[in-house]
Amino acid sequence: MLEIQNLSVDVGGKRILNDLNLHIGDGEVHVLFGANGSGKTTLFMTILGFPDYRVVEGRIYFRGIDITGLDTTERVRLGMGVSFQHPPEIRGVKLREVVGLLLARSGGGDPLLLARRLNLSEEFLERDLNLGFSGGEVKRSEILQLLAQNPEFYMFDEPDSGVDLENVELIGRVMSEMLERDKRPSERRKSALIITHIGYILNYIKADRAHVMLDGRIACSGMPDEIYNHILKEGFEECVRRCGGDRCER
Amino acid sequence: MRGEEEIEIESFDLEGGEHDPISGLDELSEYEKELLAAGIDPQERERSGSFLQQDHSVVLARSLLPGLEVMGTDDALRRYPWLEDYSWKLIPRDRDRFTREVAERPTHGYFIRAERDARITLPLQSCLFISKDKIRQNVHNIIIAEENSELHIITGCTVSHRVSSALHLGISEFYVKPGAKITFTMVHNWAGGVDVRPRSAVLVEDGGVFISNYIVMTPVRSLQMYPTAYCLGRGSVATFQSIVYASSHSNIDMGSRIVFKGRGSRGDIVSRVIATDHAKVIAKGDLVGEADDVKGHLECRGLMLSDTSVIESVPELKARRRNIDLSHEAAVGKIAEEEIRYLMARGFSEDEAVGMIIRGFLSLEIKGLPEGLARETKRMFDMTLEKVM
Repeated sequence: MLEIQNLSVDVGGKRILNDLNLHIGDGEVHVLFGANGSGKTTLFMTILGFPDYRVVEGRIYFRGIDITGLDTTERVRLGMGVSFQHPPEIRGVKLREVVGLLLARSGGGDPLLLARRLNLSEEFLERDLNLGFSGGEVKRSEILQLLAQNPEFYMFDEPDSGVDLENVELIGRVMSEMLERDKRPSERRKSALIITHIGYILNYIKADRAHVMLDGRIACSGMPDEIYNHILKEGFEECVRRCGGDRCER
Repeated sequence: MRGEEEIEIESFDLEGGEHDPISGLDELSEYEKELLAAGIDPQERERSGSFLQQDHSVVLARSLLPGLEVMGTDDALRRYPWLEDYSWKLIPRDRDRFTREVAERPTHGYFIRAERDARITLPLQSCLFISKDKIRQNVHNIIIAEENSELHIITGCTVSHRVSSALHLGISEFYVKPGAKITFTMVHNWAGGVDVRPRSAVLVEDGGVFISNYIVMTPVRSLQMYPTAYCLGRGSVATFQSIVYASSHSNIDMGSRIVFKGRGSRGDIVSRVIATDHAKVIAKGDLVGEADDVKGHLECRGLMLSDTSVIESVPELKARRRNIDLSHEAAVGKIAEEEIRYLMARGFSEDEAVGMIIRGFLSLEIKGLPEGLARETKRMFDMTLEKVM
């Protein structure tokens, strides 16, 4: 699904990603851990092709296509979707309008039916995009848009931060459905990369692999539960050190 | 601003703009596009009546419902001597040279009146249409909603594509009696060669409601206006909403003023202004609190789409009592790059994203309209926006 090779990225003249490699296969869900400032969100924005994120070295392949030189719209239309951590408020643009347009593109459907899956009301659909949304509403609105978009590859930037436990469970359940986690591994087609700081979401969605980012590269990879437990006990740096500073295949 | 002194009133003709009456708007099929753009339905569907003035002639004035009167102002002044008590009472004849011109040489205008207790929820459509080049239109409108009546007016000012230059002077006096309501949705569909000077004032009595929705999306050479609502009655309400898309070399100086004179009166002034190309817009708002328990809010948002356009926002609050709540917010900026990127990350192209943001910015919820009229106004707005963008 996604193959990143030797990726180095500058933002505002400063190197943020440094020789990063990542491979996510079809049907796989990966988790990305890392301290603040380790480059997790930068990786997302670079995969999306946002112009401030300048690729100075390396390539990004998506579904077998080299997307390194494509613009954001082109990349997204190849089948990727993202749930932002801090989406901008857009006055006057209704959530219903966006969901409706996304549904029209992905084959149709009723915005309200999707909204109800996330416990969002009809009135909520009439609100301006992200304007005055609570933490939980932001996340559910982002997931709602992804449901409507129905991409092949999902990126979730901290879907569980600033959300109460009840909503984390709801979000986790819907994510699990979106990612076909109920199917047998060989039948799963949807892939995902999930950034989580606190790891709550992992209680509700089973991931296949986890990575720890440190100083702009993937410093350590392994089984999600083990990596998460290491981080909880000893912190990011210690976890990476135990991995021998490289891949911790277990 | 094209200076007031630069407009030579006499250089625009007061003669030669006469037309025969018509029996239906379909007789103006050659101008259908212009009329539609100003919100006029030629079939008069879902309308309570129509008024159409073409150049210097009232060609159609009819009410389709009981309790509603529509006619030319001069006819009405002849028929009703009492109307003198409403004529030039809110706007002094000698306020400026444009009011003087209309007072001395009026060319009709409309008189619209809802009778006492008449709740007319279907809108009345009125249109001031310029089809002849280089003329001036000096209209005087008087609108009265008698006690406990309700009146919705959709009014379009429009100009034939054949007109390269014209002057429109429009005096409008609104009277909202106790418990009455007027909504006035005005679409200006001028052209780059037209100078426009509306002079409007509104008197709102006890418990009365006045709502103005103003939309201008097409270029205009110069437009200057500062309609004022006097909330005289206890608990009276006035709202001015304006949506402005100023393009080309449009020169727009517009404001709205609410003077709160009645205890517990309240009101809002809301504007959304987009300036692009070489347009210049001055968006003013003025809330004057002269009574107790008054509440007023002013909100002006501007969006700049070019480096050669100008938006000046001038909000003013004047409190003359202690027990008063007046506030304002004003913001002018460009489209945030972050918002465009966000929508592109949903798969929209950059142009689609910008279009959505602009549409969203301008899409004020038009308050106080009956559902059908609100829907239609929205459709008209979308149509116009599509055309200008």
